[in-house]
Amino acid sequence: MTTRLRVLDDGAWISVDDHREIRVSELWRLDAPGFCSCDLADLVVENFQEVGVDGSRVEARVYGQCIACGGAGITDWLPVGRVRGGEFVELDRSCVRRTRRE
Amino acid sequence: MSRNTMPTDVENWKSEVYGNEIREHLFEFAERGFDSIPDDERDAWFERFKWWGLYHQRNGQEGYFMMRIGTPNGVLKPGQLRVVGEIADEYARGPGTNPIFGDAYADFTTRQSIQLHWIELSDVPAIFEKLEENGLSTQQACGDSWRNIVGNPVAGKDGQEVIDAWPVIRDLNETFKGDDDHANLPRKWKVSVTGSADGSGQGDINDLAFEPAYKDVGGDDGEGGGDGAEGGERIVGFNVRVGGGLARNEPRFARDIDVWVPPERVSDVAGGLSALFRDHGDREDRYNARIKFLVDEWGPEEVRETLQTEYVDFDLETAGRDVREEYTYNAGEGERNDLIGIHDQKDGRNFVGLNVLVGRMGAADVLDLADFAEEYGSGEVRLSQRQNVIVTDVPDGELDDFLAEDLLEHYSPEPSPFMRGSVACTGTEFCSLSIVETKNRQVRFARWLKENAELPDGVEEFHVHLSGCTASCAQPQIADVSLRGMKTRKDGEPVEALDVGLGGGLGEEPGFARWVTQRVPADEVPGAIANLLESFADRREEDESFRAFVARHDDEELDALVDPEETDYEDPMMHNTKRTWYPYAENDGLEDAPPVPADD
Repeated sequence: MTTRLRVLDDGAWISVDDHREIRVSELWRLDAPGFCSCDLADLVVENFQEVGVDGSRVEARVYGQCIACGGAGITDWLPVGRVRGGEFVELDRSCVRRTRRE
Repeated sequence: MSRNTMPTDVENWKSEVYGNEIREHLFEFAERGFDSIPDDERDAWFERFKWWGLYHQRNGQEGYFMMRIGTPNGVLKPGQLRVVGEIADEYARGPGTNPIFGDAYADFTTRQSIQLHWIELSDVPAIFEKLEENGLSTQQACGDSWRNIVGNPVAGKDGQEVIDAWPVIRDLNETFKGDDDHANLPRKWKVSVTGSADGSGQGDINDLAFEPAYKDVGGDDGEGGGDGAEGGERIVGFNVRVGGGLARNEPRFARDIDVWVPPERVSDVAGGLSALFRDHGDREDRYNARIKFLVDEWGPEEVRETLQTEYVDFDLETAGRDVREEYTYNAGEGERNDLIGIHDQKDGRNFVGLNVLVGRMGAADVLDLADFAEEYGSGEVRLSQRQNVIVTDVPDGELDDFLAEDLLEHYSPEPSPFMRGSVACTGTEFCSLSIVETKNRQVRFARWLKENAELPDGVEEFHVHLSGCTASCAQPQIADVSLRGMKTRKDGEPVEALDVGLGGGLGEEPGFARWVTQRVPADEVPGAIANLLESFADRREEDESFRAFVARHDDEELDALVDPEETDYEDPMMHNTKRTWYPYAENDGLEDAPPVPADD
């Protein structure tokens, strides 16, 4: 079954199967060595750059800024949710997100 | 792993249906109802509707649209403002009520356009009919094409005018609105044409700018820049700059491509550059699609050479002598930083610039203003790029009575500097992109600063621009104090915050604000500005302007002067306003969002 993924509204939303599911302006905790100097970045999500799917896991690359240290840039692929039984489930916003290890 | 990215989607949608043909589909959907748009086609149609000036409002406001009316150069001919007011009153009402502005209002924008909110799809044909019967249009007000052309709003009337740019703007508008060859560009295309010596067209921040310049032709000094050629003729035309813009943390001022053009050939050069952008702009990556990035890559010389060899069939002249040294608009010092107040027209009458705080005016006030424009002037009203309105053609003998009208207590020609200098974008009230609430917040900021902060002697103007995100619709980088939406934590909780930049402005030598203080909780921003102004007053050298004061301090020093502080200012919108269906609703959660409006 194909999942339709899009970045919409000039990077403001991720749409999954034609429903806007993930928005900018949230704060995400990030375990992403190399993004900034913090052990755990506190990232303001300013813009979605790309969205993709790896198996059931929906991922995005995000432009944002760590509010703890000010480091800014585009992240590697981060999980935003999963597709289970044809339904999209957003990742708990308070969880720690880890970039995908190749 | 499969990847889907936005650029491919948007370009695909545009390749299927775009431009004028969208209208037929739009009217069919309006006839059959919002729900007739198939779920899996909505994003495509919403993208296309922008070409006809319609933005679907953000999540939680399903079925409602923002409608943008493009008024070239901000000119509203007699009677047109009344039409806008009547449409706002009848159609721009929705389930949410703004606590400051009420139920129906019009927003005057930084590109001299008008925006209405809560528009229902089923009403669009009737609104279009009324607009078009009265010479107004939403065509290409948004989308990837020629946007509303901007300039000095009092073109043709301004006593400081070098050349009347209004006929040129009218010609460009008639030529390129609806022209299929220029209807589908890689991205938006913003054009400014200015004929006045004050810089009020803000050409520097546009994709394409025509600025007044003199050229000597036909004399001994055929290459003269306008300093005087013996036996020749001095012609007033326009120098051309390309590749300005503020969005996406990538601000650029338009670059000089060393071209001067007489008024009768502006259309050829503008069309050539638009076609160059159409053919060479980046359609693979929307973040890289604006012509500013093409100018970065090619350099101004290659842009000029390509224009000459591929897009125009006459020899381009080199740049003429410009009048940039006279630019004062939004320059941070000198007179005419804006067009507020009473000014001479060249026909002996006056234009009166009125301050519209953050550009928003209730429908009833719009209608009253239309009445007064007819009673005291010619009925014409014009819109500035600082979100203000200008009533033109007021004879000396009518001035006193006009100025005595109660309406002008709210829309003053002599406002407080903090009211006068406030500019704000739409914000999370309606916009998908914004990170924070903006318009009402900037109103609260201005009111608090008016009561609690002081400007040093001799400083008459102070510009504060609040933009909800990096799209920069409030033009934050060209203000004394630049505010941009951000998030931070306060006592561990996420709150709306603002980055603070200082010292931006236009003028002969434009400069972008320097972002010196990051992530200030929104409720501490007014205190920060007051503290900054206190330091400015204490440390100012003689009659130094704020912009000059900023220029002689480094970022670290300025960060220390900003000094955020809680005060008696209260901010009711510190929570995540993006998670609401409407930030001012009593039950604002997305689960309480209203249903799609029923078809009439």
